[in-house]
Amino acid sequence: MKKHILIIVIIIGLVSCSSDDGNQPIPDILISVTNSQNWDSENVTASDLGTTEFTDENGEILIIERLRYLISKVILTNSYGDEIEIGNYKLVDLTDNNTLNYATNIVVPPGTYTGISFVYGFNEEDNMDQVYLDLNTASWNWPEMLGGGYHFMQLDGTFTSPTNQSPLPFNYHNGTARISEGVFEQNFIRVNVDGLSIDSNTNIDIKMNLAEWFKNPKTWDLNVLNTGLMGNYDAQREMNENGQSVFSVYLGD
Amino acid sequence: MSCSSSDDTIEYQAIPKDLEIPQLFSNLLLPPTIPSDNPQTIEGVTLGRKLFYEPLLSGDGTQACANCHLSENSFTDSDRFSTGITGAIGTRNAMPLYNMAWNFEENFLWDGGAKSLEEQVSDPIENVIEMNNTWPNVVATLQSTSIYPELFTQAFGSSTITKELVTKAIAQFERTIISGNSRFDQYLLGDQNTVTVSEIRGFNIFMDEERGDCFHCHGSNSNPIWTDNIFHNNGLDSSFADLGLGGITGDPLDNGKFKSPSLRNLAFTAPYMHDGRFETLDEVINHYSEGLVYSETIDPLMKNIAEGGAQLTEVDKADLKAFLLSLSDPGFTINPDFQNPN
Repeated sequence: MKKHILIIVIIIGLVSCSSDDGNQPIPDILISVTNSQNWDSENVTASDLGTTEFTDENGEILIIERLRYLISKVILTNSYGDEIEIGNYKLVDLTDNNTLNYATNIVVPPGTYTGISFVYGFNEEDNMDQVYLDLNTASWNWPEMLGGGYHFMQLDGTFTSPTNQSPLPFNYHNGTARISEGVFEQNFIRVNVDGLSIDSNTNIDIKMNLAEWFKNPKTWDLNVLNTGLMGNYDAQREMNENGQSVFSVYLGD
Repeated sequence: MSCSSSDDTIEYQAIPKDLEIPQLFSNLLLPPTIPSDNPQTIEGVTLGRKLFYEPLLSGDGTQACANCHLSENSFTDSDRFSTGITGAIGTRNAMPLYNMAWNFEENFLWDGGAKSLEEQVSDPIENVIEMNNTWPNVVATLQSTSIYPELFTQAFGSSTITKELVTKAIAQFERTIISGNSRFDQYLLGDQNTVTVSEIRGFNIFMDEERGDCFHCHGSNSNPIWTDNIFHNNGLDSSFADLGLGGITGDPLDNGKFKSPSLRNLAFTAPYMHDGRFETLDEVINHYSEGLVYSETIDPLMKNIAEGGAQLTEVDKADLKAFLLSLSDPGFTINPDFQNPN
């Protein structure tokens, strides 16, 4: 039977030990989780904002001005199926290095961890209106008329294309999908990564490949879908489909 | 409160004074920012309020902070540009002062040039086009009075007046200037009778990405500061006489960006924009509806730039204006706690 163990964020430096056969204590494991961004493996950082040109699958040339997105419910699973929740949520802001660290030196019991899952955005249980004071303060709310709760992502910038050389804005904003007035559909993405083998101190990097938002499975045409996307049900669902391949996990020391 | 005396330093403990936080703010927002080296006290706020209205801070003894930040105008200036003691005219409209403790980014002024409220207090005193004084002169002047050494003793435990203590006192007072009781605030707290149908329609326009889409920069019912305190180029000009944030950072990508102001008390804070170019709210709304101007650093949230703006109907404009005005609080401008005590 799976046991679900919730661990609250632990202050750096606390390490407790368990014992195997009573001879040598088995140290707990320190887990850190970070968030990084790339465009088809080319790192994307704050220095790229407003300057670097990216070419999407449809041939548009993008310049990103702003990127913020939400990661929540990061859960480690060990070889016995026990789940350990790490942290709560993080609003990642490319301009703020502090937000690129989801959790630092979290103590987890010894063992082998074989899987990690997380939610892009908030799941239905967590996506409650106005309950997170820091997200309210960051103006991260998703309008009530569109389902309430919070944005999942704000990706803003400009683009040009072979048919349009004058830069036009795009606001790739993602959250709950509105089917019709007062009728909404959950639109978060739960990412599950299995086949890991974590048995020592490890940094888990959750990577976002921005290019995937524009290409897989739907080739995104910014000439058609650029702004006013929040209330566009089809666009929101296509973001969800493309989002399935956006995230990957990298294990480091 | 205990006292003992040694030279001019008296052990004196000022009485802590909590900010009067509006219910919506405490419900929805992070706690206000109070620097650890300048806690709020009754005596500090009292002193700061007196200094805010003190013309002795200026080079010729004629101009106080309050001369350009008038309480009846929600602590801004109804003149487009303020006039300094030499007759020099400024280049930006004086920013209104309220809810400063909820500016969590602590980028003050239109261009973010001051990184704390204490720093912002310091600048106008030495600015030659404003109060045109020097800090040594300010300190000496206040020190020579019969009143201020004692007030500084009460607030900070020392009768020796310094620039640091002057700015701390004024900042303490400014942090108490809080506005959070507009009709729309009352509506959000559950009183359905305080707003009109037109104002509610206007709120919906404000929150609609396809129409006003004001909330991405100017807060919402969930962020009742009604600003994001972030810098944006909102399509005013194709080129910039005033670089705004770019003049501070030196980064051309920041040229033409100015801090989103709060939308509270618009009934009292005309004219509008960093340079006060719009005398009326109608002009402001028309700008966002048809008047956007392209420049290289225009914010992508100005999504309808190709059409010149959001293209609101006249009915939408009227409703939006009605909603914006419902964020104004007449009681704030006459609050006796913020008036001239001198």
